[in-house]
Amino acid sequence: MDFILQPLNLVTFFPLVGVLILLFLKKEQKNAARWIAMVVSLATFGISLWVLAQFNAADPNLQMEVKAIWFSFGEWDIMYALGIDGMSILLVLLTTFLTPISILSTWTAVEDRVRDFMLFFLLLEIGMVGVFLAQDLFLFYVFWEFTLVPMYFLIGIWGGDQRMYAAIKFFLYTMAGSILMLLAILWLGNTQGTFYVPDLVAMGGIPDSIQTWLFFAFAAAFAIKVPMWPLHSWLPDAHVQAPTAGSVILAGVLLKMGTYGFLRFNIPLFPQAAKEWAWLMALLAVIGILYGALVSYWQKDVKKLVAYSSVSHLGFVMLGLFALNSTGIQGGILQMVNHGISTGALFLIIGMIYERRHTREFDEFGGLWKVMPVYAVLTLIVALSSMGLPGLNGFVGEFTILLGAWGAGQTPVLGSVLYAGFAAAGVILAAVYILYMFGKMFLGPLTNPKNETLKDLNLREIVTLVPLLVLIFWIGLYPKPFFDLMAPAVENLVAILGL
Amino acid sequence: MLLSETTTTGFFQLVPWIVFFPAIGLLINTFMPLVMKALKREWGEPAVAITGVTASGLALVVSVLQFISLRAAHGHEQVVGVADWLNIGSFNIPWEFRVDTLSVTMMLVVSGVGTLIHLYSVGYMHYDVRYKGDPKSYARFFVYLNLFIAMMMILVSGNSYLMLFVGWEGVGLCSFLLIGFWYTKNPDATDGTKNSYAAKKAFIANRVGDFGFLMAMFITFWHFGTLSFSEIFPEVAHYSGPDGLIWWIAGFMLLGVTGKSAQIPLYVWLPDAMAGPTPVSALIHAATMVTAGVYLVARSAPVFNAVEGVHVLVALVGAATALFAATIAVGQYDIKKVLAYSTVSQLGFMVAAVGMGAYVAGMFHLVTHAFFKALLFLASGSVILAVERGHHPLEETGDAKHTGHDSHHDDHDAHHEVFDPQDMRNMGGLRKRIPWTFWTYMAGTLALAGIFPFAGFWSKDEILLDASHFEGTALVYIFLVIAAIFTAFYMGRQVWMVFFGEPRHHAAEEAKESPWTVLVPLVVLAVLSVLGGFMNWPFKEGLEPHAFGHWLDYTFAVSTGHEGHFPEFDFGVAIQSTILAVAAIIGSWLLYGRKPLKAGQTDPLAKALGPIFKGMNAKWWVDELYQAVILTPYEKLAKFLSQTIDWNFWHDWFHEKGIRDNFQRLARFLADPVDLGFIDRISHWLAQGAQGSGGWLSKLQTGYVRNYALAVFTGVVAILGYLILLR
Amino acid sequence: MVPIDYYVALSAVLFTIGALGVLTRRNAIIIFMSIELMLNAGNLLFVAFARMYEALSGQIFVFFVMTVAAAEVAVGLALIVAVFRTKNTINIDEASTLKG
Repeated sequence: MDFILQPLNLVTFFPLVGVLILLFLKKEQKNAARWIAMVVSLATFGISLWVLAQFNAADPNLQMEVKAIWFSFGEWDIMYALGIDGMSILLVLLTTFLTPISILSTWTAVEDRVRDFMLFFLLLEIGMVGVFLAQDLFLFYVFWEFTLVPMYFLIGIWGGDQRMYAAIKFFLYTMAGSILMLLAILWLGNTQGTFYVPDLVAMGGIPDSIQTWLFFAFAAAFAIKVPMWPLHSWLPDAHVQAPTAGSVILAGVLLKMGTYGFLRFNIPLFPQAAKEWAWLMALLAVIGILYGALVSYWQKDVKKLVAYSSVSHLGFVMLGLFALNSTGIQGGILQMVNHGISTGALFLIIGMIYERRHTREFDEFGGLWKVMPVYAVLTLIVALSSMGLPGLNGFVGEFTILLGAWGAGQTPVLGSVLYAGFAAAGVILAAVYILYMFGKMFLGPLTNPKNETLKDLNLREIVTLVPLLVLIFWIGLYPKPFFDLMAPAVENLVAILGL
Repeated sequence: MLLSETTTTGFFQLVPWIVFFPAIGLLINTFMPLVMKALKREWGEPAVAITGVTASGLALVVSVLQFISLRAAHGHEQVVGVADWLNIGSFNIPWEFRVDTLSVTMMLVVSGVGTLIHLYSVGYMHYDVRYKGDPKSYARFFVYLNLFIAMMMILVSGNSYLMLFVGWEGVGLCSFLLIGFWYTKNPDATDGTKNSYAAKKAFIANRVGDFGFLMAMFITFWHFGTLSFSEIFPEVAHYSGPDGLIWWIAGFMLLGVTGKSAQIPLYVWLPDAMAGPTPVSALIHAATMVTAGVYLVARSAPVFNAVEGVHVLVALVGAATALFAATIAVGQYDIKKVLAYSTVSQLGFMVAAVGMGAYVAGMFHLVTHAFFKALLFLASGSVILAVERGHHPLEETGDAKHTGHDSHHDDHDAHHEVFDPQDMRNMGGLRKRIPWTFWTYMAGTLALAGIFPFAGFWSKDEILLDASHFEGTALVYIFLVIAAIFTAFYMGRQVWMVFFGEPRHHAAEEAKESPWTVLVPLVVLAVLSVLGGFMNWPFKEGLEPHAFGHWLDYTFAVSTGHEGHFPEFDFGVAIQSTILAVAAIIGSWLLYGRKPLKAGQTDPLAKALGPIFKGMNAKWWVDELYQAVILTPYEKLAKFLSQTIDWNFWHDWFHEKGIRDNFQRLARFLADPVDLGFIDRISHWLAQGAQGSGGWLSKLQTGYVRNYALAVFTGVVAILGYLILLR
Repeated sequence: MVPIDYYVALSAVLFTIGALGVLTRRNAIIIFMSIELMLNAGNLLFVAFARMYEALSGQIFVFFVMTVAAAEVAVGLALIVAVFRTKNTINIDEASTLKG
């Protein structure tokens, strides 16, 4: 019993309680299903706050570790090992925070097979939290692949017209990259004799030539997930077809699993390769920033625009991580959270208008400010946060990332400040497409008669967005507590790199 | 000073309230409509107005207190910390306010002019929201205005480049919101007058400048390890790092300046920004926000002083802008467009001044310009309002005091005549209809034209004086003098066209003078425009000489490391510029005043100058040029990348055709010939065999129990027989 | 003391009667009774041999058989009733749906 009640076990597996209850519900009990999922996910969020309360921000090492031998075969012990540190705690909190919000957003949007929807959603939460907590490569891989399944069904059952196509594409793409990672994991376990990550990091000693291979094998899985340019092709399909809540989680958390993977595995496990290939990662990141921003500008569908903007934003995160200095990495981690909040909020916002009008084409809108002022103002704040206006969260992340990247540009890590320079030009392009989106939807005259009778947001929808807005302002105005959480762990990571 | 020194310097701790008061005001006004709805009250408008004006007024009070304290502290800068903000490893930016003579000057200008404009808006917006058919927007306007004051205060009072940048982007946002305030208007315009387009244009052009600012910050941080003014400036003077580094910092900063202060090449957004309501044009796009670039250069004086070449570059950019925009202003018909290009031109004067290192002159012009240009814009707003009311009277009664909206906000749509209340060709003879507006307008005009003894004369003269001494290049002086001539000319043209002659439209004939909330700020600003120049009295006798210069020098002397020198008044320069200005006004009288324009008549200058006037009128086709060189290629690139590269090639061709189709082809090969043709055939045979034998054997199953029982018996007998007999 | 052969003979006769009944009759109740007859033929042998070998296990086994028979009656009669309800007859030739 003590083992089960370990905080990290609880935060990971508590949603199972909800899953079990949901299994006993009848199909018709839609509201019961919603409430159960809501309460359970809120409770999970509460548990994650409890974890936060016990978390010692000054300690750079893993905390609240749970370790047991899961199973053995041959000489290998596969560990069930969970642990949390400054690099993962924010992402765990982000996951548990976004889940109830997403569930709330489905309240009226999902009417079909509600129980199953909630069931998959809670399963997804288990997988996501597990990914961020797993400290054994094998366990990590299990969680990593596990998240695919519920997401596959969420897209494939509750998605748009081409949902099956999108779901399969999503599944296969991610799977394809994971295979290489699995090979690399097996190689590591075979040669180093353990899958336990802290031990692997402490041992080091992987020859440089092999580090490169392993680095890219891991990178294949993570880069597809991020997605880094040019592996982003699955993203617009998945986002456009996914239901709102699915998009929120997909953008908010699942993409972060990729960047988190780079942070947790690629950099500390293969420091030499990371240093050697940082330029390539940064280059792809910068291309992604500019490319995503440009491509966003030409979209006719709001959701697609936001999907492509993710490519741009995640480019910033990658640039920060591969600046390989404390500033850049901290900015990168914060930007993961920021992107989860801002883009999550954008998808919620798009979902709200989609629920009313059942279209997302720009041409159908225009002048919505007139009929939906509250909606317009909230959208404006989120959009501004997404384009990095100072005082809102996006700016803090982007600024520290660019600052870090500029600093790295002056050292051999990146070798040129042009990376940061071009990335900074991305803030101009971000303004272009965000204002394009906002202008197309809200400004100008109200031309489409179908929009004249639109109702402004109801209380539930406002409640859905308000927590996100609070965080947008909080991180923008006072990011210190967030940086304080991650700083020691990041310093530790930078020390491993020995730069 | 009546108060003792300790009490007076104690006011420094109040400085955060210059931001907090407007912030509180905007929060209250944000929720005011909700409160009013809950109270079921109609008097939302006065409550909103009082809140908004009070918030700004309190900021002014705090600014004045800072001024008092700083006087008492003999101009010694103060840094007041509020909280930690960004804190990453070695990177540490606290939220600090910097109170020195430069920032207090800006605070006073921002909150002073700002409060007047708040007051003006109370009356002006009362009408405007009704003409635009959206009375609910009243509160929204004051929310934005207070937000702007808060952001501008952050900009001028921050103690680090990053805090400055926060305000810098924040005012850009306010600019966006306020230009697009009537976001539904002019939807079909293609020339940039579409309001939402103008708003976007402003934000994006500013962002280009912000990019430069960001770059400058990165370089600064990685070489000085900080972004705090107090720590950077002492080090810049004896900087010994890589060559050209400071040059890059200053150069990137200049890009930021061209964005925010509307200089070549990024000035294009400012004229379009006049789509915003007139108080906005006055406050943001004339008096305060656009001067942020000038402030930035003045603030970064040590950086700009540390390298040589930059001075010439900045001064040339400013002077060229001054001249270029002045020529365009001559060819405009829209009363606000003239003033807009005039603003660009005057900003050019300021940038040229601070570029030359004449920070005091630049700041001096900034202050006087804030007075007279705000005045001109507000007065032009009063003109527009007067014409609009003449054209299309609201069924009004006591107006500002009257708050119930009985019936006077409907039936605007019934009015279909295309009438532009801002077109000067529709005006004329307004002198008699709206005398208060006329006289205040004249004060502003003379100040702008640089006529003795109006404020503009003193400040412009100081810039020209510095330009005449400038060692970098003589072009600056030449440009600025020609620009000054143009300035006097286009202002003369405007005054003759608007106020003299006969009305050219029935709207001008029936124009009505504006209410007192509109006129009071005009009068105050007119007084300031007349007397404002005396604060930097250039003679030894009379008033305190160079009072403004000495005041600012508390800051500049510390930051640049040497005392400012204040050039003696040069009668040669002053007389020369005055004569030229008067000559230009006479010239404009010859063309426009002597024989006033009749309705429908073409501009006499158009005949005289032909294609040149066409160029001036068309703003030298710069917008079209940018459209062709930047926007269209950008859109084409975006389209190419998204449709051709990303979708057709990468998504459809590579993944669909390349990967998926080939996979399917392989799958089909394996499935049809290999699997179905061979492997499946084997199992097929097996299945057929099983089926055949099963069919035959199934006949044994008769369904009669006794048959089975018999079989069992037979079997038992057989087994028993085997066991018993054969073993 | 009756010789064991008699018991065996009687048992054989009873069993044969039962077996013939099962194989030849159409009425399910009769078949059922015939099965009982065969079971009791078996029981008779068990008891007889138990007596002969003076071993209790045979006798105990009879009890088991009787219990099972009782259970079988319960199930069997229920089945017959069920068949009757659906087919309105207890002629087992009518219940030949399992025919291949």
